[in-house]
Formats: sequence, C-alpha cells, structure tokens
Amino acid sequence: MDSTIIASAAINGLLLGGIYTLVACGLTLIYGVLHIINFAHGSMLMLAMFGVYYLLTLLGIDPYLSMFIMVPAMYVLGYLLYKGLIGRLSSGKDENILLVTLGLSILIENLALMFFKGDSRTILVSYSDRMIELGPTLVPLPKLISFVVAMVLCALLGLFMQRTDTGRAIRAVAKERVGARLVGIDVDRIFAISYGIGLATLGAAASLMMPIFYVSPTVGHVFALVAFTVVVLGGMGSFLGAIVGGLIIGLTESFGGLYLGESLGQIGISLIFILILLFRPSGLFGARQ
Amino acid sequence: MSTDAAKSQPAQREATARPAPRSELLPLPWKLHLTVLLIALVYPFVFPSSFMLNFGVLALFYAFIGQSWNIAGGFAGQLSFGHVAFFGVGAYAATIAQMRFGFSPWLGLPIAALAGALVGGIIGVLSFRAGLKGSYFALITLAFAEVLRIVSNSVSITGGGLGMLIPMKPGAANLQFAERSGFYFLILVLVAISIALAEWLRRSKFGAQLAAIRENEDAAKALGINVFREKVKVMLLSGAIGGVGGCFFAQYFLYIDPLIAFGVDKSVEMLLVSMIGGAGTVYGPMVGALLLALVSDGTRALTQIQGLSLVLYGALLVIIIAYLPNGLIDLFARIKARFSKGRN
Amino acid sequence: MLKVRGLTKIFGGLRAVDDASLDVAQGSIVALIGPNGAGKTTLFSCISGFQPVNAGRVELLGQDITGMPVHRIARMGMVRTFQITQPFAKLSVHENIAVGAYQRYSNRAQAWEQARAVAEQVGMGHQLEQPASSLTVAGRKRLELARTLATEPRLLLLDEVMAGLNPSEILEIIAIIQKIRASGVTVLLIEHVMHAVMSLSEHIYVLSYGKIIAEGAPQEIVNNTAVIEAYLGRGAAKALAPEQEASHA
Repeated sequence: MDSTIIASAAINGLLLGGIYTLVACGLTLIYGVLHIINFAHGSMLMLAMFGVYYLLTLLGIDPYLSMFIMVPAMYVLGYLLYKGLIGRLSSGKDENILLVTLGLSILIENLALMFFKGDSRTILVSYSDRMIELGPTLVPLPKLISFVVAMVLCALLGLFMQRTDTGRAIRAVAKERVGARLVGIDVDRIFAISYGIGLATLGAAASLMMPIFYVSPTVGHVFALVAFTVVVLGGMGSFLGAIVGGLIIGLTESFGGLYLGESLGQIGISLIFILILLFRPSGLFGARQ
Repeated sequence: MSTDAAKSQPAQREATARPAPRSELLPLPWKLHLTVLLIALVYPFVFPSSFMLNFGVLALFYAFIGQSWNIAGGFAGQLSFGHVAFFGVGAYAATIAQMRFGFSPWLGLPIAALAGALVGGIIGVLSFRAGLKGSYFALITLAFAEVLRIVSNSVSITGGGLGMLIPMKPGAANLQFAERSGFYFLILVLVAISIALAEWLRRSKFGAQLAAIRENEDAAKALGINVFREKVKVMLLSGAIGGVGGCFFAQYFLYIDPLIAFGVDKSVEMLLVSMIGGAGTVYGPMVGALLLALVSDGTRALTQIQGLSLVLYGALLVIIIAYLPNGLIDLFARIKARFSKGRN
Repeated sequence: MLKVRGLTKIFGGLRAVDDASLDVAQGSIVALIGPNGAGKTTLFSCISGFQPVNAGRVELLGQDITGMPVHRIARMGMVRTFQITQPFAKLSVHENIAVGAYQRYSNRAQAWEQARAVAEQVGMGHQLEQPASSLTVAGRKRLELARTLATEPRLLLLDEVMAGLNPSEILEIIAIIQKIRASGVTVLLIEHVMHAVMSLSEHIYVLSYGKIIAEGAPQEIVNNTAVIEAYLGRGAAKALAPEQEASHA
C-alpha cells in the first residue's frame, strides 16, 4: 500500500478523531462529575443531529451556524433532564442509573423512529463538495472545518473549566463531592450544569457531524459505542484522555477500514474497547482504582 | 435532591421503599405453576387462529430468552447489555450445523445450547478475571455482541451480510411444523424447562449463593463462596438458554442475519421483559413478555406508527426503575398483600 | 490456631500495618485494640485475604495462608465480620444466615435448619422473616455474627461487633461470644468497648500507627505506659500515675 494512501487514511482518521473527542468530552465530563455512565449519550447525539437536519431543511440555517441554537437548546434539555429525572435516581445503585439512561436511549431512539422514520439522512450544503489540499491528500472542506471547530471548542471547554468560577466548582465537585458541599458549592446545581454541558457538547458535535455523516434513528448505538470506547481508552473523567483517545479511535476507524475493509473494519473499535476494559480499565489517563 | 443526605440514610430509605418482606429463596406454591401451565396448555385450543397462536409463540419466546437474561442479571445481579450474543451464537450454530453440515435440525437445540454456553463461559471468564462488575460488565458484554455481529457480517460461513435462509420443509423431523401450534408447544416445553430451572435456582444452594453474590460480593466471599466460579457457572447456564432461544427463532422464522442475530434490539428486549416483569423472580420474564407482546401487537393493530411499542417500553423501564425497581411482580405482590390485610 | 509474623501493609507512602506479629491460641479469645486509625481493620483484611500483604506471613492451623483467596481461607474455617455491616439487603434474615449455613450443608433443609438454630443462638429467632435491610444497627451486627457462625468456623474474626450498641445489647453480645467460645470456636476481636475487652479476652494486642506496641493479659495492658500514651497522648501515663497509686492504695 503506497504511502499517500496511508497518509490519507491517517489524516482522515485524525480529522474524524477530533470530532469524536468533542463527543467524548461531554461523556467524560458527565462521568467525572456525576459518576454516571450516560448511556443515552449516543441517542442524544442522534437527536441533536436530527435537530441540525431540520434546522437546515425547514429553516435553511447552515449547520455550522445552527450550533448557536443547538448548543443552548441541548444545554437546557440536559439541565431539565437532570432535574426532572436523573437527579432523583442518582442516589441509588450505579446500575440503576445505567438502566435509566438505557431506558431513555430506547425511548429517544424509538421516538425518533416514530417521527422521523427509519431512513438515513444527510445534508448537502454549497460547500459540501469543496476539497482542500492537506499534505498528500485531499479532504472535504466540511471535514476540515469540523475538525478545527471541534478542537477550538475542546480548548474553550478546557479554559472554561480552568478559568471560570463555575468551571472550578465543577472540578471541585468532580474531585471531592462532600468537600465541595462543605465550602458552600451547590452540588446539585453543579450536577445539573454538568449534565447540561455534557449534552451541549453533543449539540455542537451534531452541527459538526451532520455535513459529514448520515443520521438515522438507529445510529445512536454506533455513536454510543464509539464515545464509550474513547472515554474508556482515554480514562473516565480525563479531558486529555478524551483528546488522545478520540484521535486514536479516529485513526483506528480509518486504518481499520483501510486494511480490513468496510465491514470488518468496524471491529477495531469494539476490540479496543474490550481489550482496555480487560487489561487497563482505568484507561490511559484515568485514575487508577 | 440532596444525594449525600440520601446516602447517609440508606437503611431508612430501603425500609420504606420495600414494606413487604420478600422471600426470595422459598419455593413458589405448586398450585401457581400448575395454573399457569394449564392456562398455557389450553390457550391454543381456545385461540386457534394463526394471529393468536403467533402472539402466543412470541410471548413465550420472549419469556424464554428473557429468562436467560434473568438468570444472569436478575438472580446473580450481573447486568448484561449484550445477551443477544448467546442468542445469535445459538441461532447461527444451529443453522450452520443444519445447512452447512447436514445435521438434523433437532440436533440444533443441543448444539445451540453448547454454543451459547461456550460463549457465555468465555465472556464470563474474561470479564470476571478482569474483575469487571456493574456498568463496566454491562458495557463489555455490549462490545462482545458487537464484535460477533461484525464477524458474522464478514465471514462466508454465516452467509455474511445476506444471512442464512432455512428452506421451508414442514414436518416435525425438520423441526418445522405445518401447524403453528407445533411451534407453540415446542416453545411451551422450553419455557416450562426454563421456569423449572428458575424455580430450582430459588431452592438450591447455587441460587442462594448467586443471591449472595448479587447483594454483596465481599460478604459472599467472606462466607466461603467462590465468587468467580459461581459467576462463570451462571454465565454458562444463561448462555445455554439464550442459545436454545436462538435456535428456536431460526427455525420459526427460517431466516437469520447479523443484525437479527446480534443486533442490540434483542439484548434490549431480553433485559426489558425481565426488568419490567421483575428481575430475579421466576415469572418475571413471562409477565414482562406478555406485556411486551400485548403492547407490541396492540400498537401495531391500532396505529401504523413504527417504534411506538418500544417508546412505551422504554418509558416503562424508566418508570419501573424509578418507582418499582422490583418489577410488576412486586406490584402484584403488594396489591395482594394489601387485599389480605384488608380482609383481616 | 493463628500465627501472624512480620505482617506489613503499605498504601502508597503509608505503612498501615508495620511488621505486626501475633498469636491466637486455639480456644482462646484474643482482642486487638488501639486508637482509631491504628490499622486494626487493615490487619484483619490482610489476615483474611481481602488485601495482599507487602511482607510477612499468616499461618492458620499450621498452614501458610498468606495471599490465599478469601473464600478458600473462609472454607478453612477462618471467617470475618465487617466493621461496616454488609448484609444481603434484599434477603430475609433467615436467608442471610442460610448463605453461611450452605457452606457446611449442601442440603437445603439442613442449611435452613442450621440457619434457624444459629438465629436462635444469637437471639434473632423471632426476626427470621424480616428483610435484612430493615434491621437496626444492632440487628445487623447480630446478623453478621450469625451468618459467620452458621459456617461453623474454627476462628472468628469480629470487627467492632459492638460498635453502636447500647449497654444492654453489649451485655447480650458478650454472653453470646462467651457461649461461642465455649462451643469450641476461637475468637479474635477488634473492639473499642473496653469493659467488654477486659471481661472477654485472655490476651490483648495493642496496635498503634500500624505497630504492635504491647501485648499481654488485660491487667498488664491497662497499666502499660505505652498503651496509655497511645490513647491519651504523651505524658498521660505520668499524669495519671499519682491517681493510680491513690486508687491502689
């Protein structure tokens, strides 16, 4: 296989990985702060992508611009979901929340099936076909834009966590819940905010992904598995892990497709997931148990 | 909602949440078993139409594969999101044995059981050796099922993405029945066996140890239970049942493909019927399966909306976990208790 | 019965247990005391196989059990209770104890009967049908004790089985423990309730900052300077000395 094909696969993988990073950031934030595995993450992303789709087809809003609508909308959705449902159950067993978020994902996926029907959609904008030269390869412009924006958003999220009061409060709660409460932080509000931010990242990711991916009600599973793999690989609760993990998984998917073909290529992600859980569940950067 | 305050008073919360004492390990009254069996036996004669028989078959089928999940998830507390793996492996093993190697279709049943048990054992040994529990275990089972889906989609012996067709040759020797009632009675026998198994679990040392493992692994260990070994055993059993379910499904519908065999849908359904009916109870999966079949057929009859039944089911799962974590059977038990209190 | 030699357990930079050695003779009641955080529960965890040790050796009935899996040690006859009780919450009292009984009796009827008998022994005979989650603290402690008794142990490791009990409950437990010993079971207990320790144990080990700082008969321990200082601080022994002389006089 000649080097330009390999380089092309590598570049495409990295670009893809950048977007996965954004999705994983939300999941790892939710886990790091609330200690729950948000099984609904994949179907929420699917929902957001439909949102972007309809904003374009019904209102003509460019997907990248619709981010400014989707992000706050998903934030509000997350906040309300936490307050209305998840918050009430988070004091139970670990597995209960997993089941609840599973139930939620079933609900969302089938609601989507009901309203949007089963066919796959994608969107086309005027610049969908523009190709940009990147080293030895040509990449579609949307992919490049999405990658850059995703990285910028990750950086912004990181800054938010480091520099703002809310961000500091979130980190405090993630590290030491009781202590945070003792210094006067409204822990429950932080939980709701964190869950909101977690879903808000999906709103952004959806805007970035719609020009590149297909969406149908059943893609939630696929995205969920990818997101979980990234987070588990990088380490639950670690942002650095989400970034590194995202890039690795993007590369895995790209090279998997290259060497193993369309069908078998998907196996790379699941295998990584299994291997990490079996041999290093704390991931690359996660806290050792 | 203050989570820490709630955590500091777990005993009180539990006490008010479950007022009725639950005897998990006491045998169920044989009258109950007899009644259910009689109703099930009489059903195809009371409702001999094709539609009603199909309903019966599907309800019993989901009760059967639900029990597979229930044994691992409900009795032993090992929640899995990938139980479809056993179903699919059984379906493919039986079908491949029949179509590629010319085995008798009836042999498909034990072959499927063995295949399911083998996969269950492998997944169990790998996961439990690595100490995976709770959510991590649930996730890894999901990944295992996904790997199986991808593999079955990519190799020729399974027919790849096109799946496998079993030629229609009605006749009991071919494990196909000209009369649908044939399938009904077959699945009824299988369900009866699964109920008997669950009942045996309730009464046996193995079942008591599984309950202990479910409730508190450390305490179970401290009392001399080899937690790893028992957990693997339960995966073997659960896998076998799931496998047999797969074989039945293949013979009933005469077609399987990677999505049917290893898609997430069945995993979800196996979990749903057990959790909604009552995880860890003998008849939980059956109650859940009946409800699923009713809702499913009901919504299909009333509306053309695809997916509505699962919407209702997903919502039901959330409600059950939040308010009735022991499932519908617990609700029935509480209603019964209140009635008998009222009489006294 | 039990021999511990040079046991050391290190967590990160902290020596939770530092070169501890102790002996528990068959049929005796031995107590392990010490201020909070001394490492007593960690020592129990190491002995019973819940934690791997960094150094040292544990021998049960002459056999080296260091690093053996928990359930095998339990099968050999050394069973422990937990400081924070670990009931099988959704099971009834009877079912809880039966899990212990099943270690000895595979037959259901026998295990059930054993469980009932043990429940009577610890005074829970009237609570058999109650779900474990509805028990009070005292009830849970008793349940914990009953569960381990049902396995017909040789050596019982009791971790603060009297914590949170009121005086009359403590008296009951003391009587139960004495009966247990009378039936041939050896007991090693961690306890803070001093009068119980005094009246029950023949031999006491004192742990402070992970080290065994004293051992001996109850009367010796009470007067031991190092022990007093471990609990009350440096100089406390001297400060108390005139008082003690006065009370002896």
